[in-house]
Amino acid sequence: MRKKVHKEKLLQGNEAIVEGALRAGCRFFAGYPITPATEISELLSVKLPKVDGTFIQMEDEIASLGTVIGASLAGVKSMTATSGPGFSLMQENLGFAIIAEVPCVIVNAMRGGPSTGLPTSPSQSDVMQARWGTHGDHPIIALCPSTVKECYDLTIKAFNFSERFRNPVIVLVDEVVAHMREKIDLFDEDEVEIINRVKPTVPPEWYIPYEDTPRGVPAMANFGEGYRYHVTGLTHDIRGFPTSRPDEIDPFIRRLFRKISQNYSEIQIGEFFQTDDADITIIAYGCVARSAKRAVIDARERGIKVGLLKLNTIWPFMRAQVEKVLRTSKTIIVPEMNMGQISREVKRVNKGDAKVFTLNKIDGTIITPQEILARIKEVS
Amino acid sequence: MAEITKLIHKYLRHDKKFPHVWCPGCGIGIMLGALIRAIDRTGYTKDEIVMVSGIGCTGRLPVYVDFNTLHTTHGRALTFATGIKLAKPSLKVIVIMGDGDAVAIGGNHFIHAARRNIDLTAVILNNSVYGMTGGQYSPTTPYGMKSTTTPYSNVEQAFKISELAVTAGAVFVGRGTVYHARLLDNLMEKAFLKVGFSVVEVIAHCHTQYGRLNRMGSAVEMMQWQRDHAVTVEKANQMKEEELKDKFRIGVLVDRELPVYQDEYNKIRQWSKGVDKK
Repeated sequence: MRKKVHKEKLLQGNEAIVEGALRAGCRFFAGYPITPATEISELLSVKLPKVDGTFIQMEDEIASLGTVIGASLAGVKSMTATSGPGFSLMQENLGFAIIAEVPCVIVNAMRGGPSTGLPTSPSQSDVMQARWGTHGDHPIIALCPSTVKECYDLTIKAFNFSERFRNPVIVLVDEVVAHMREKIDLFDEDEVEIINRVKPTVPPEWYIPYEDTPRGVPAMANFGEGYRYHVTGLTHDIRGFPTSRPDEIDPFIRRLFRKISQNYSEIQIGEFFQTDDADITIIAYGCVARSAKRAVIDARERGIKVGLLKLNTIWPFMRAQVEKVLRTSKTIIVPEMNMGQISREVKRVNKGDAKVFTLNKIDGTIITPQEILARIKEVS
Repeated sequence: MAEITKLIHKYLRHDKKFPHVWCPGCGIGIMLGALIRAIDRTGYTKDEIVMVSGIGCTGRLPVYVDFNTLHTTHGRALTFATGIKLAKPSLKVIVIMGDGDAVAIGGNHFIHAARRNIDLTAVILNNSVYGMTGGQYSPTTPYGMKSTTTPYSNVEQAFKISELAVTAGAVFVGRGTVYHARLLDNLMEKAFLKVGFSVVEVIAHCHTQYGRLNRMGSAVEMMQWQRDHAVTVEKANQMKEEELKDKFRIGVLVDRELPVYQDEYNKIRQWSKGVDKK
């Protein structure tokens, strides 16, 4: 058996995202400067050329994501990183990546909005934009780290999911986690699972680029490898050509949803912390999950049975896990740094099993353990 | 088999996506002919070529040709093309745009792709109007002309696409018309062989929208207008400024050498690995 080699490093969240991306095989980055995501660009401009990758700073975020999609179509794992205002500009090409099924990763280091908003104070207010920001009915995957280690792990997961499901994946990190430094342990390189897109094995004349398979994810040919096919942002048939036939549109859009929905168990990552006997469960994500964990420990010291469900997968919404704590707890508290974007989802799936309370903070500062503890006392 | 029939069989997805969406008499078909003739002469294989487009009548072109084809979002074709070229430099990337696509919604990407000197060829069909949406004015609609959104008159000044490309840093810029078919073949061939950002502007007619609204007659009459208003670069150099009023230059506007992005970035790769900067 191989001996596990530990590599301990003191890293910032953004730096861990870079390390994770490189480990996952990312060799192309296009971006536009914006705080608090700039460190990702700066670091990749140093590191990518060393591994024969490409870094380019584009004229805006629209161009950044367009370039990333182009690079991915040519067969190179690609990503971009931005914050709220840039993420707004990316919504157009995000939709393109979804309909054309092009793997790519978008990091959104969330700051306060709307508009230019709060450069640079933390926020979690892009949760719903990640879900529905681009027009049209579509599936999306969004992952949310709450520690520097999770920045590393979830960035690798983001690339793996994007390659496996041929869908863009968003890493929703908040400014606190993006700029925080922690010691992390990067395991022996061999232990990390890396997934690459499935390529066609049939001869080019048999290749059906958007074939409706039971898995829902068609094999993807890279440009220039002998499979000449058409990629379009128009609704298309299984051969990739534009269609307006109802009997072709319906199965296509349904397949886009199905390829994600039949794999929830793999995509949805979270952590139950002392929820088994909890009267009150906190549902939190990102930097707030850290405060929530502290509050759980403090509350238990005071004899209040509190637990935490931490969401690492924001989209698709972790309904099954949330329903579990709705059944086992009398009360749910959802602290978040927005006006209630995830609590709205929790309330949507609550069938009267528990009382759902919110704790919303939108002043550009983190929710503290004391504030959560105070809310626990209020509702218990 | 006639020469053109052979080319059609070789390069068009003739058994899949036809009939096409363009109006009878449209200039895009002439441009498509020039494109495939030039590609055939330059000797690129079909697998090597990626044809990228944006949105609009012209944006529909790649669906009909048997290359690696990509139909992107409106105005963004050059950004996708940049990613493809940088990720896989062995591919020959040709970007097909209309005037609205290239210099209205995509104007920013156009000047920056030219400035960076990315090794791409941009072929821009300029028919002075948004045809697919029904004849609205574009950034190249001349002053004083009508469209469905300038029902009284256009009071804006028009962009000169080729001159803009020269200023922004393109290494090869040629302008032709769909009337001057042989010149167009020639310009396309030169552009495809040029390393760096090359532009071919194709002056074309939209008799269905622009021509009808401005009473310019049939497709043939509009092509006669192209014949009468185009002046070769060589001839224009002998003419006075006032004689050139109402005229436009055709031919090679610029053909120069500037550092190409990929070559420069390869230097960055070497420097990043500690190779000396000499």
